[in-house]
Amino acid sequence: MTILACISYVPDTAAKIGVTADGSGLELGGAKYILNPYDEFAIEEALLQRERHGGRVVALTVGSDAAKEILRTALAMGADSAVIIPATGLDSFGVAANIAAYAKAIDASLVLLGRQSIDHDSFQMASTVGALLGVPSISVVSKLEIESDRVRAERDIEGGKEVLEATLPLVVSVQKGINNPRYPKLPEIMKAKSKPIESVEPVAVSPRAAMVRYQVPQLKRANKILGDSDADIAEFVRLLHEEAKVI
Amino acid sequence: MAFNGVDYYQLDELLSPEERMVRDTVREFVENEVIPIIEEAYQQAYFPMELVPKMAELGLFGMTLPQEYGCGGMNNMCYGLAMQELERGDSGVRSFASVQSSLVMYPIYAYGSEEQRRRWLPRLANAEVIGCFGLTEPDYGSNPAGMITTATKIDGGFLLNGAKMWITNGSIADVAVVWAKLDGEIRGFLVEKGMKGFSAPEMKNKHSLRASVTSELIFQDVEIPEENLLPNARGLKAPLSCLTQARYGIAWGAIGAAMACYDASVKYATTRIQFGKPIGAFQLVQEKLATMLTEITKGQLLCWRLAKLKDAGTLRPQQVSLAKRNNVAIALEIARLARDIHGANGITSEYPVMRHMLNLESVKTYEGTHDIHTLILGADITGIQAFSS
Ligand SMILES: Cc1cc2nc3c(=O)[nH]c(=O)nc-3n(C[C@H](O)[C@H](O)[C@H](O)COP(=O)(O)OP(=O)(O)OC[C@H]3O[C@@H](n4cnc5c(N)ncnc54)[C@H](O)[C@@H]3O)c2cc1C
Repeated sequence: MTILACISYVPDTAAKIGVTADGSGLELGGAKYILNPYDEFAIEEALLQRERHGGRVVALTVGSDAAKEILRTALAMGADSAVIIPATGLDSFGVAANIAAYAKAIDASLVLLGRQSIDHDSFQMASTVGALLGVPSISVVSKLEIESDRVRAERDIEGGKEVLEATLPLVVSVQKGINNPRYPKLPEIMKAKSKPIESVEPVAVSPRAAMVRYQVPQLKRANKILGDSDADIAEFVRLLHEEAKVI
Repeated sequence: MAFNGVDYYQLDELLSPEERMVRDTVREFVENEVIPIIEEAYQQAYFPMELVPKMAELGLFGMTLPQEYGCGGMNNMCYGLAMQELERGDSGVRSFASVQSSLVMYPIYAYGSEEQRRRWLPRLANAEVIGCFGLTEPDYGSNPAGMITTATKIDGGFLLNGAKMWITNGSIADVAVVWAKLDGEIRGFLVEKGMKGFSAPEMKNKHSLRASVTSELIFQDVEIPEENLLPNARGLKAPLSCLTQARYGIAWGAIGAAMACYDASVKYATTRIQFGKPIGAFQLVQEKLATMLTEITKGQLLCWRLAKLKDAGTLRPQQVSLAKRNNVAIALEIARLARDIHGANGITSEYPVMRHMLNLESVKTYEGTHDIHTLILGADITGIQAFSS
């Protein structure tokens, strides 16, 4: 079974990100970039499924040259090979089209992704890749069982679980809790340095959604700090009742 | 908020991407696996054994020794960075790794026979076997040359008699590298758990390194088979060469503890309000933070250079003494300043600072006390030995 684990290179969660004055772009201010946290679960799930069913794990990223760093992490964790499609500035559809084209080229039976990239949070990669490949997709999965070509997936829903069945080939986006991502072994980190990272020509597609502008959220309400006099307490109760509508 | 290191001089640029990844991996390991459990272990005075297989899995034991013995084959920069991160968690956890790697695996690799290497190193690397290093005796600490533990030749082996004290991991070790005099010459022996006449009672009631096992080793007519003698270790320089390896790791580790204290202090100073402003707004507190950052940055540069010298094979033991002496002293000073900045909170287990401060008292003493390293440097500078061994 060929498993494609798709991973993205995103600004660290602690990064302070601003918007340029004209709203045309973002100011990343030298933010540190990391492996998208949800994608760690995708790599781990790919490795676990390989351990159970055999086959190989290919790690793929669509992005800038600097993103090779996370491919090395994937190799150090145990991926068999790593591929970069050097393309930047794509919309979600463009990324999905590239993933789908590569998944098709290597005849992947299972495409795994994180539930979302924490940079743009578009939440549409799994479904778009599935649609482009003409195969089913299941998103935000917290448990995945495969028996020959039958797949059982669990999703967490409000107050319960949803169990779905599908067949391979399949696209799955995974959720925190599905596994505990392993740490890369330190000697494997050094070895990953000498493993090749294959570069694959991007496919050109016209964007489906254009970025118009970025905007800093308007503070809807300012936090209020009241004192502790009787009048303040009465006001506090009134606000909870009339404005926050919680009592 | 996650710990992002202390790097005022962009020293990350001096590291290769792989070295950074090794450092970041150990950092994450410490954040997730060590820090959540260490205060409890420290308070209750036990070593968290559950960490050992995880540390082995990561590849923390025997990092720099060859892969053909199941070890890591990594450079000394990686080893140093790993020790730094472990000690950001706790000096006891770093001590465990130092002992296993530098004081047990290293002598077996450097002075053992090929058979001993193959028998022991892979199992020490995967922590199937835990080791300890017995040099210090009740009456011979700074002066190990005076040791009175003795081996005598018998048919097929040796008879070992004597006692060692302050031995890290002693009671949990499966194998002890024990230094003893055979015909007046210091030799190394592999003493195995369960050998008749060998016991390793734990030393209790420590105020420092509480999340680490410290023991006595007692030998009463212990029969050591011939094949458990390290054939190539002769004289005090053999154990001292092991200490050079471990001290190198300690110089890095101390920076880890110092970074933890600095990081906690910055957070505390910017959020604790007194007299209507954060205490970090007061000049006296700012001076403490500035001193901490300056000393950490200097210590980091010492370590970085030391790693380069060690990897180039030109390192002199005296250079390691300089770094161990300096970095542990500044780490202890930084921990004390951090304890002070934290006020009353500083004495609780809510914050890591007092634990680090108390740990560093041991680190200052073991592996050559601060003053012994002063004398090693003094002898190197003047050519005149202040003490003779
Ligand atoms: C927690 C812990 C773990 C340890 N783990 C190990 C271990 O795993 N294996 C092992 O073999 N040992 C271990 N040790 C022992 C450690 O290495 C010794 O404690 C250390 O070498 C100092 O010896 P000592 O305690 O006997 O002090 P002493 O040598 O008695 O020194 C006492 C004081 O006198 C000073 N002093 C001594 N001689 C001179 C001199 N010539 N000039 C000036 N000042 C001098 C010292 O600097 C020190 O301040 C450990 C110690 C501790 C505390």
